[in-house]
Amino acid sequence: MTTTVERPLEKVPVAPRGAGRPGRFRKHLWSYLFLVPMVLLFGGFTVWPMIASWWYAFFDWDGVGAATDWVGFANFAEVFGSDAFWRAFWHSFVFSLAAIFVEMPLALVLAILLNNSWLRFRNVYRLVLFLPVVATTAVIGIVIAILLDPAGGLVNRVLLDTGLVDQPVNFLGSTSTALPTLLSIDVWKGFGITLIYWLAALQTVPKDLQEAAAIDGAGFWRALRFVTLPIVMPIAVVILLLVFQRSLSTFDLVRAVTEGGPDYATDVVPTYIYRYAFDPSLQAPRYGFASAAGVVFGLLTLVVTLLQAPFLKRRLSGGRG
Amino acid sequence: MNRLVLRRNVWHLLLIPLCLVWIYPFVWMISAAFKTPREMLIGGLALLPDDATLDNFRRAWTTAKFSTYTANTVTYSIAVVVLVLLVASTAGYALARPGLPGKKVLVGLLVATMFIPHGYTIIPTFLLVNGLGLGNGLLGAALAQAGPALVVPVLLFMGFFSGIPKELEEAARIDGAGYLRTYWKVMLPLAKPVLGTVALMNFIGAWNAFFIPLVFTLGNPDLRTLGVGMYGFYGQDTTDWTGLAAAACISVIPIVVVFLFLQKTFVEGIAGAVKS
Repeated sequence: MTTTVERPLEKVPVAPRGAGRPGRFRKHLWSYLFLVPMVLLFGGFTVWPMIASWWYAFFDWDGVGAATDWVGFANFAEVFGSDAFWRAFWHSFVFSLAAIFVEMPLALVLAILLNNSWLRFRNVYRLVLFLPVVATTAVIGIVIAILLDPAGGLVNRVLLDTGLVDQPVNFLGSTSTALPTLLSIDVWKGFGITLIYWLAALQTVPKDLQEAAAIDGAGFWRALRFVTLPIVMPIAVVILLLVFQRSLSTFDLVRAVTEGGPDYATDVVPTYIYRYAFDPSLQAPRYGFASAAGVVFGLLTLVVTLLQAPFLKRRLSGGRG
Repeated sequence: MNRLVLRRNVWHLLLIPLCLVWIYPFVWMISAAFKTPREMLIGGLALLPDDATLDNFRRAWTTAKFSTYTANTVTYSIAVVVLVLLVASTAGYALARPGLPGKKVLVGLLVATMFIPHGYTIIPTFLLVNGLGLGNGLLGAALAQAGPALVVPVLLFMGFFSGIPKELEEAARIDGAGYLRTYWKVMLPLAKPVLGTVALMNFIGAWNAFFIPLVFTLGNPDLRTLGVGMYGFYGQDTTDWTGLAAAACISVIPIVVVFLFLQKTFVEGIAGAVKS
């Protein structure tokens, strides 16, 4: 803040300021040394791969040897023209919609309930709801696939025995039910973490404010509307972004349970990219094309995130004001 | 008063069934792991096996190589935790120094990458690891896992170290401790809560990781981790259901037990990260 005031003064003696720089860096030499491991690891495994993906996307390349076969925007054109890509993108987006419009509100309701100190066993409930988060997605996905199996799977047996259905439901094997089933498993799996986010947010509501509201005669709903929610709103924005990020990169569950099938009905962008780059049944991997698909996915995600920005900003300032 | 108590306890009628549905897959998994393949084939909804057997675990552990996968998972997870703790605590300490030139750019870059999807960068990551000569090894995979996982821990350490009063560091300096000693002997011991949270979060994350171990063990099945090994189990023509359930138990139960013991640290750590 003070620099804005000092800058005009500093502008006059140019030379001394330049000469002062090395000293400033020497003073922080140790700090820079301490930053080296992070810069290497973060630069090498996060920043560089992002930049490199852009570069590879312009080549027709199978990943063997150097990339020399420059094809310009051909890979991008193919991605944009690929119905399969758009379908996968839509499915990735549907996972986000389910997380934002089903998981987040439900988790908020349960968090409000489980935040009450009068509720007995609330720690046990929290623990149970959180367990799926800790369990390996790929493993749990397989266990649930067995439970949902049309031939002898437990869920179908119960449905048949109780007469709710007259023939087995092929939850994961039919194009119409596979995606909703996977979405439900994803909500079940991620629910606990969203619940913890909301509980953390609710902890920030000062107790005396709630008591004051109660003394003023505000009922449960009025206190929620005028005290709790406005305070929680700024954190809700963070939660929204976290949930959005997590759901867009859904891979483990789809890969382990359906591999994107049946007939690509559950294909998401990460499984789509994986198929072109690593599928062992492929004669030659298409790294260039897979990179282009990745870049387009990254850009589209950024656009979707930015589209939320004005809305988020309003909620954020509204929450503070 | 009685009506209030009643109204409050009504919630259990909603919560108990919900929780039973919630943990059912776990209960089924454990039950199936102790059933004989014959009982499994006949079916039946009983959760208590007629004739409990440990044979499924024996099969999963030796024939299906889950002993190797467990050892791999432990190695991989510990490597990730050590990398993240070391790199994030040093970086967080450096970034907490007041007036460090370039700090804003670095922190901005860290935060910006949080909002860009990572999955698609697997190809260059894979090539970089191979280029470093670490392809088909667990260390390469651990580096690939730790790189993007670093961001939140760095910010957590930065926040924690920034909150420590300056006087403490000055006192250490007067006592003759240099930068390195102050970090190691004074600051790091103070940061135990953050160290614990970050370690646990990343241990669970690495134990459950699937994408990176999958890609990095494609060329060498002996390096598979539990999640990836489980998936290989499933792909065969005739599936050994009870062996599979036992394998699922081997993969999931250790991490759930670790979590149950340390859940307070873990949950508070997540909650703290969201709030700050």
